[in-house]
Amino acid sequence: MIHSLFLVNSSGDIFLEKHWKSVVSRSVCDYFFEAQERASEPENVPPVIPTPHHYLISVLRHRIYFVAVIQSEVPPLFVIEFLHRVVDTFQDYFGVCTEAAIKDNVVVVYELLEEMLDNGFPLATESNILKELIKPPTILRTVVNTITGSTNVGEQLPTGQLSVVPWRRTGVKYTNNEAYFDVVEEIDAIIDKSGSTITAEIQGVIDACVKLTGMPDLTLSFMNPRLLDDVSFHPCVRFKRWEAERILSFIPPDGNFRLLSYHVSSQNLVAIPVYVKHNITFREGSSQGRFELTLGPKQTMGKGVEAVLVSSQLPRGVLNTNLNPTQGTYTFDPVTKLLSWDVGKINPQKLPSLKGSMSLQAGASKPDENPTINIQFKIQQSALSGLKVNRLDMYGEKYKPFKGIKYMTKAGKFQIATR
Amino acid sequence: MSTNNLSYSDQGGTDSAVEVGQETTPTSSNAGAGFGLFSVDFKKNEDLKEMLESNKESLKLEAMKRVVGLIAKGKNASELFPAVVKNVASKNIELKKLVYVYLVRYAEEQQDLALLSISTFQRALKDPNQLIRASALRVLSSIRVPIIVPIMMLAIKEAASDMSPYVRKTSAHAIQKLYSLDQDQKELLIEVIEKLLKDKSTLVAGSVVMAFEEVCPDRIDLIHKNYRKLCNLLVDVEEWGQVVIISMLTRYARTQFTNPWKEAYILAFYESDEEKTRDETEAKPYMMDPDHRLLLRNTKPLLQSRNTAVVMSVAQLYWHLAPKNEVSIITKSLVRLLRSHREVQYIVLQNIATMSIQRKGMFEPYMKSFYVRSTDATHIKSLKLEILTSLANEANISTILREFQTYVKSQDKQFAAGTIQAIGRCATNISEVTDTCLNGLVLLLSNRDETVVAESVVVIRKLLQIQPTQHSDIIKHMAQLFDNITVPMARASILWLMGEYCERVPKIAPDVLRKMAKSFTSEEDIVKLQTVNLAAKLYLTNSKQTKLLTQYILNLGKYDQNYDIRDRTRFIRQLIVPNDKNGALSKYAHRILLAPKPAPVLESAYKDRDRYQLGTLSHTINTKASGYLELSDWPAVAPDQSVRNVEVIEPTGKSKPAKSSDDKFYSDSGEEEEEKGSGSSSSEDGSSSSSEESGSDAESHVQKNSSQSSEESDKSSSQSEKSSSESDSEKKERKTKTPLQKKTVKPTAKDRYHTIMEHRAGPTSPKQHTKTIFVNVINQHSVLQTFSYSHWSTLCVSLFTQLCPLSLAFPLQVSGPAFVPEKSHDLLHRMTGKGLSAQYQFPRQPCLYQPTMVSVQISLTNTTDHPLEQIHIGDRSPTGLNMHCFNTIECLEPEASVTVFMGIDFNDSTQAANFQLCTKEDHFSVSIQPAIGELLLPITMTELDFRKEKGKLLGMNESSATITMAAENMTSQPISRPVATVANLGVVPSSQGNVHRFAGKTASSRAVVLVTVELRESSTALITINTEKSVMGSMLLRDLKLALAQA
Repeated sequence: MIHSLFLVNSSGDIFLEKHWKSVVSRSVCDYFFEAQERASEPENVPPVIPTPHHYLISVLRHRIYFVAVIQSEVPPLFVIEFLHRVVDTFQDYFGVCTEAAIKDNVVVVYELLEEMLDNGFPLATESNILKELIKPPTILRTVVNTITGSTNVGEQLPTGQLSVVPWRRTGVKYTNNEAYFDVVEEIDAIIDKSGSTITAEIQGVIDACVKLTGMPDLTLSFMNPRLLDDVSFHPCVRFKRWEAERILSFIPPDGNFRLLSYHVSSQNLVAIPVYVKHNITFREGSSQGRFELTLGPKQTMGKGVEAVLVSSQLPRGVLNTNLNPTQGTYTFDPVTKLLSWDVGKINPQKLPSLKGSMSLQAGASKPDENPTINIQFKIQQSALSGLKVNRLDMYGEKYKPFKGIKYMTKAGKFQIATR
Repeated sequence: MSTNNLSYSDQGGTDSAVEVGQETTPTSSNAGAGFGLFSVDFKKNEDLKEMLESNKESLKLEAMKRVVGLIAKGKNASELFPAVVKNVASKNIELKKLVYVYLVRYAEEQQDLALLSISTFQRALKDPNQLIRASALRVLSSIRVPIIVPIMMLAIKEAASDMSPYVRKTSAHAIQKLYSLDQDQKELLIEVIEKLLKDKSTLVAGSVVMAFEEVCPDRIDLIHKNYRKLCNLLVDVEEWGQVVIISMLTRYARTQFTNPWKEAYILAFYESDEEKTRDETEAKPYMMDPDHRLLLRNTKPLLQSRNTAVVMSVAQLYWHLAPKNEVSIITKSLVRLLRSHREVQYIVLQNIATMSIQRKGMFEPYMKSFYVRSTDATHIKSLKLEILTSLANEANISTILREFQTYVKSQDKQFAAGTIQAIGRCATNISEVTDTCLNGLVLLLSNRDETVVAESVVVIRKLLQIQPTQHSDIIKHMAQLFDNITVPMARASILWLMGEYCERVPKIAPDVLRKMAKSFTSEEDIVKLQTVNLAAKLYLTNSKQTKLLTQYILNLGKYDQNYDIRDRTRFIRQLIVPNDKNGALSKYAHRILLAPKPAPVLESAYKDRDRYQLGTLSHTINTKASGYLELSDWPAVAPDQSVRNVEVIEPTGKSKPAKSSDDKFYSDSGEEEEEKGSGSSSSEDGSSSSSEESGSDAESHVQKNSSQSSEESDKSSSQSEKSSSESDSEKKERKTKTPLQKKTVKPTAKDRYHTIMEHRAGPTSPKQHTKTIFVNVINQHSVLQTFSYSHWSTLCVSLFTQLCPLSLAFPLQVSGPAFVPEKSHDLLHRMTGKGLSAQYQFPRQPCLYQPTMVSVQISLTNTTDHPLEQIHIGDRSPTGLNMHCFNTIECLEPEASVTVFMGIDFNDSTQAANFQLCTKEDHFSVSIQPAIGELLLPITMTELDFRKEKGKLLGMNESSATITMAAENMTSQPISRPVATVANLGVVPSSQGNVHRFAGKTASSRAVVLVTVELRESSTALITINTEKSVMGSMLLRDLKLALAQA
């Protein structure tokens, strides 16, 4: 399976290597660097690169390439999924997954990688289990360890590893028992120049933060489970029960986890929460172009649209812009031609707009590319699909937990064509 | 390995470490550490060496951390090997782990030195802690030193029958490692794989299948018996194992089941011939094998997995195995994966591209999910284009073309060019839109971007070639554009078109040639070649106008720098210009140059990818990756189905006598559960446990049940077998009323229970096998301990010290128990427990959970005929009772038993611990009352220390009594036995023959308890107990009096 792992930073240096079988020379990465050079953007490096003796499968996260070396047939998704799991684990342990963080914690990283794979086959990827084996570094613990000489490494096999609920450790104790659920929906949409929707779909997740004592057994039911077109569960969810009753029944892992991710299909009508009026024109022969953009709320169920950020890749011919926002600030990078406008909150009484002119390269003919406008926004307290949690019950333990549910809608890949 | 050897090498290691420690003072190495950070490599390593050889744990750890840092950076740290390997037996677990990391990395380079560490691992393989056993095996098997192959083989075999599934999982991984080290071991390894495949644990399943795939993927016969089990376990296996198992089962199913897709063909074929249809379809309708169905059914829920690899592997399983009408259920899940990371999208899209060529309908409803976003990476964009093109049909082509129009304007020109090719493919596939597409492409010819124009020209050329008749005006248009087009490929394409269809544009073609003659020298090679071609073709068709031009061009070509062009010119000249010498070929010039050429086929690059199994690496890279296993074709006739039937192994028939009793215990209960799960095989198996009713062979049933049911059944011990068979026969009478004439004794349930108890409580040999690892370990301890009695002074630092290090300066060191009584007590009788029976005994081990607790071993047995779920501990009293519960047992199968460990803090009193044992439905109040002797932990001390301690505990702390000893207790050896039976005390070596001393401490308050037995004349003895816990002292005295005085 996975033979070796190399971590490569954005400037093309290998800053960490780990081998699970016999050592593979780091020169194998030359093939990767070759592909990297050929690619115009960092994202364009192909995830799978065959070399004469090995296959390189890489993922790019946080501007670090995680390059796995494979020697024989293996499902590529297996490796990719695992590499992403490694990144998630690092993020979980160190807060961020940057080159500096990995270098600072190289021993913990090594211990983690050692536990996660045996002979290239995943051994323990569940964060609850890993945290029992290797405790995440905190300042307090580092101090305590240097004084007492104790270690970050667990001596016992984590209880979860053998039990039927491997994701939960035993003997969890909290003074405040609380369970929070965040329903977060992202809307992906492509809107054409006339403002009509080409595609729109909602991807949602329910992220949970459960801090409950003992072995609680939770059930979560929805007002309108039919909305969920396609779902994928955390392994703790009892699938049979969902099939039969459309109720989520599970023994939760301890701490933060993603309970469920779902898809609301494009067949259901998706309400688009914002609209954009735009007028971007270039005149033939003139070195000026007009730029006008107005944003407004559409169907938001009375909730305010916040944290709005508009960005657009202007055509290469644009030299500079001279724009006036009615609110927020805008920046234009003349090198990358990226225009971004941090709008903030949309006030329905006074719609934000960005107007002005663009100066074009003198003598050049008018650009024929169409800039697309990407929008990010947040709507608190509302799930766009209308998904509502009905109730949350707990069995198996005696205390009364504090329960909380939060809804939020975000823009995912929300893009508007202007021409 | 003999004990002597081990202790010798160990001693050697410690000695040298001590020596080095004396040489270097900690202060100097400390300073070195600080300095080392900035010094050069060479010096740094010297530094590290010093630190590693110091006797301070923290320094060593610091050094190892830096060594690991070096390894991570890819720097060579191999010269530190001798210094590092010394620390392999360190007690500090983090240090030890880092040493393991180092060893695995460098052992291959330093084979001789690596051998020094082997004995440590061999010892650790016997450790009671499963994590230590497992990691020892992991490292041992990762050291790629060929010499130790036999040792690895032995370790793997042993670990494969370990009690801990985690260790067994590790052994499955070790199989692959050993195989890659030494392929000669294949046959032996296959045996281990065969054994592990039978394992019931979900933890092991994935890893052993992985080993199977690596070592012997062709031994499909090993899977037969485990097929149904694997299918049923699949949902509970960890996600990585699921991927491996699913892909293995896909291959398996393709060899074992018949083609589910044939159905449709058969019907279509016979429809023409009605009579036959009836005969044939009735005689031979397609019936899916129930096992085939089982696989499909059990993998379906996994489409909901959060792991993308699992979803993909289920998708490919359905694609390759499911009947055509069921495949579409995977669509939704695959489309969902497109929301995942870029790399996941890439792989999923590739697979969808292959699928969508064969079955458009599957993905057509989700067409919009494949619309390209401006933020997608280029390779994602082109894959989406590919899929959209495949999905295009008469109904949706207009939507798709409209979408393509926006793509053509994209700033990513490579992508725009790809779109144009896609338009070309749509135009050829769907004849209705060919004209529209062509017109659209012609419009693109006026695009300002060269790549777009060039691509359009190329695509137009291909389209025209397919239907050249009615498009002369397009060719004219292109000729007009010719001056403005600079991309060589496009110019060449236009020239070729002119030449090919010069008869349709008789006026324009010569003019183009004229222009080309002017600019010939400044053109690219590819354009020059086409110019020569055009000239030749025009010469043949219209020699009147172009003769001179052609001559001119051929002359230019003759002196070109490029030899290709010179060659071509020479060839053309000989071919077309009439010549005296070799006119033979020129007759055919027309046919050679203007032969009708087949139209290029515009087809997907994914057309032939379906020869690889979907989701594989080979599919992704479109070449056969090493180790790729072909998916075989469906067999015409299904192989024998019955090979998958699982027979219950009957102990009477003992087909494999070599197998250990542990093993059988597992496989039996496993198969029973499986029968329930699959529900299809029970009737054929015939001898499952439910068939007791038949009663035809009473004796065999009794024996079989004895092996299955009783929690501590031991086949080697005839006593316990008899007792459990009795209890079974009783159960059978109750349940089925089958007369059992053979059994003459028919005592009541209670009586029988006592019989069992007597057998168990009786002084059985300490080596009696029991089913739990812990008891095994305990036995080892007791063996060791008895061993040490005789050789105490010499061997006290032997193997045993490795487990709990012991220094003689510290007198209160807890030692292993001197003797562990086998006596178990009834916690919950099966009559009161509605079929759940529980027994407890004191393993006399220091409690793992908290040092103040007393560990209690509980054996739970399900004597009902249905599984008991969620066995756990409920309320307890007194409420302040501090105890460590065992993990909830999710499910206990009928006849199965499980052993769990608890820790209870009795707080040094014999007050009973009351708690509730709960199942899902019921609560049973139970209580554990410890004998006073169980509240003690043995300690070792010297006679001198004993006297010293005893001196402190005189007066009211002392209680004593004189007793008359039973005659058989008078000799010295047996006296330790009854004392040890009563109380968990350690033996203190004594210089006086008639005085025996025992020492221990209380578990909770750590108070020392000293017992002296002084034998006097006329078979009397004085027992003295010194302890500050005077109540305990007197209670213990009473117990001891009873034990020693009894006849």
